[in-house]
Amino acid sequence: MLHTLSIGELGKSLKSGQISSVELTRHFLSRIERLNPALNALTTLTAEQALAQAAAADARIAAGVQGPLLGIPLIHKDIFCTDGVRTSCGSRMLDNFIAPYDATVVARLKAAGAVMLGKANMDEFAMGSSNETSFYGPVRNPWDTAKVPGGSSGGSAAATAARLAPFATGTDTGGSIRQPAALTGVTGLKPTYGRVSRYGMIAFASSLDQAGVFAHSAADAALVLQVMAGFDPKDSTSVDTPVPDYPAALDGALDGLKIGLLREFFEGLEARNSALIHDALKIYRSLGATTVEVSLPHLPLSVPTYYVVAPAECSSNLSRFDGVRFGHRCENPADLMDLYKRSRGEGFGAEVKRRIMTGTYVLSAGYFDAYYLKAQKVRRLITDDFRAAFAQVDLLIGPTTPTPAFAIGAKIDDPVTMYLNDIYTIGANLAGLPGVSLPCGFVEGLPMGLQLIGPHFSEAKLLNAAHRFQESTDWHRRAPRGYD
Amino acid sequence: MSLTRQDVEKIAHLARLSITEQEMPVYVTSLSSIVNFVDELSRVQTDNVEPMAHPLDGQHQRLRADVVSESDHHEKYQANAPAVQAGLYVVPRVIE
Repeated sequence: MLHTLSIGELGKSLKSGQISSVELTRHFLSRIERLNPALNALTTLTAEQALAQAAAADARIAAGVQGPLLGIPLIHKDIFCTDGVRTSCGSRMLDNFIAPYDATVVARLKAAGAVMLGKANMDEFAMGSSNETSFYGPVRNPWDTAKVPGGSSGGSAAATAARLAPFATGTDTGGSIRQPAALTGVTGLKPTYGRVSRYGMIAFASSLDQAGVFAHSAADAALVLQVMAGFDPKDSTSVDTPVPDYPAALDGALDGLKIGLLREFFEGLEARNSALIHDALKIYRSLGATTVEVSLPHLPLSVPTYYVVAPAECSSNLSRFDGVRFGHRCENPADLMDLYKRSRGEGFGAEVKRRIMTGTYVLSAGYFDAYYLKAQKVRRLITDDFRAAFAQVDLLIGPTTPTPAFAIGAKIDDPVTMYLNDIYTIGANLAGLPGVSLPCGFVEGLPMGLQLIGPHFSEAKLLNAAHRFQESTDWHRRAPRGYD
Repeated sequence: MSLTRQDVEKIAHLARLSITEQEMPVYVTSLSSIVNFVDELSRVQTDNVEPMAHPLDGQHQRLRADVVSESDHHEKYQANAPAVQAGLYVVPRVIE
């Protein structure tokens, strides 16, 4: 079945002429038409443009052009600006916004010949861990449609898990790629901060945001990261460091690889969840890795630190939405203040307003030192803990989430309970580290993920360790019933 | 540490957000619980710790040559504007 093939296998079929990109695109478009209504994973479908892009890819293939993503369909999280196509960020504020340019991530994948099927639904302005805050309604988990897919990249995760596209882009600020990947049984990679350009990626928290990928395997993710990664002069935080050959590094032996078990991650973890990680460690040991326990004593402070830093940065970033130049404007504003307040009050949902106000508070006169400056200091303590750990080990391992997917509506009324879902993922964002979540088993019929975190710019090693695990297991090949 | 209704009204004003009468108590409760939650940071020993604004050490704001590299696309960029006149954004009167 076309939707169960890897990107590598699809590429071979396209190159040999066995299938065309137009046929492949039609296959996924018809799956979207049939299967997406139950999931609500997409905000915008771009069927006509997709078929045009597919036809162009077929012409390039016929002319002898080669490329691993040439003619391969994808879905972009609706946080990436896509020229001429609505870019809503899951918000009423941008419901009418047609992006006038392509984000660098979009432009690079387009240049590589990937075919955009549409835009993925997401938590509003990337704020959420369940995809329940979207203006366009919640996304449902294909493994159990009464459950959340995770967030904020819930649409990208659900679409990948449901095989509506071979891969999807996402963003990860506090876990928004890794957590939904774990809850939907797919592979999700967050690169090092600065590895992938943020140009054209609507900003939530500028020192934390990073673009990444959802795919069915580390091997597929490596092909996509190869195209996405690299210095971009248009992003002032883009790092000018060479991009290694990720696919070439996948098959490396793991002999001598030192994996650290994060003690703080296992404290309080339910036995059946930690059992899955311990099973994974047995596999890693059989592949030649050694494991040792490490402690990051400040790691439990990650969540409160993040919920000062991220809201502060978001309050600043979202000040651009003022009803003046783009986005929602209220009707009949009485004066400028009324224009600002009502446009923003109407345009933003409750979680976004909560975070803007939290950020405004911690940055305000009299509170800046106690909250924001303090959080920046704790951020350094957490980052130093990671640095000390990486002096002893090559990679860190732990669960991605404390539990499998929870029911839609179960946590949305209590922000702090929702925030604690990110307990295992947030540390990597604060320290700017790369992390990958891979499927590692099931609890009560729902997928669980294991997370690998590496030092800065260690994506090749992470993908190598993930790939070798996936050669010894088949969790990543499982598909939800009805989507297989 | 609980926030009062006046605290939330002041914050909402600074953030230029209109909050309705019905919404107000919900925000007072949820913002108070968030502030309580992050208050844990006040108990952390951070003397002599440098604040960290950026996750990668040694990164500086890049400069570039002072040459023109973009062209005028204002019509394209203003296509999303709620109200435009003569290339200018129209807003309610600011100066009395």
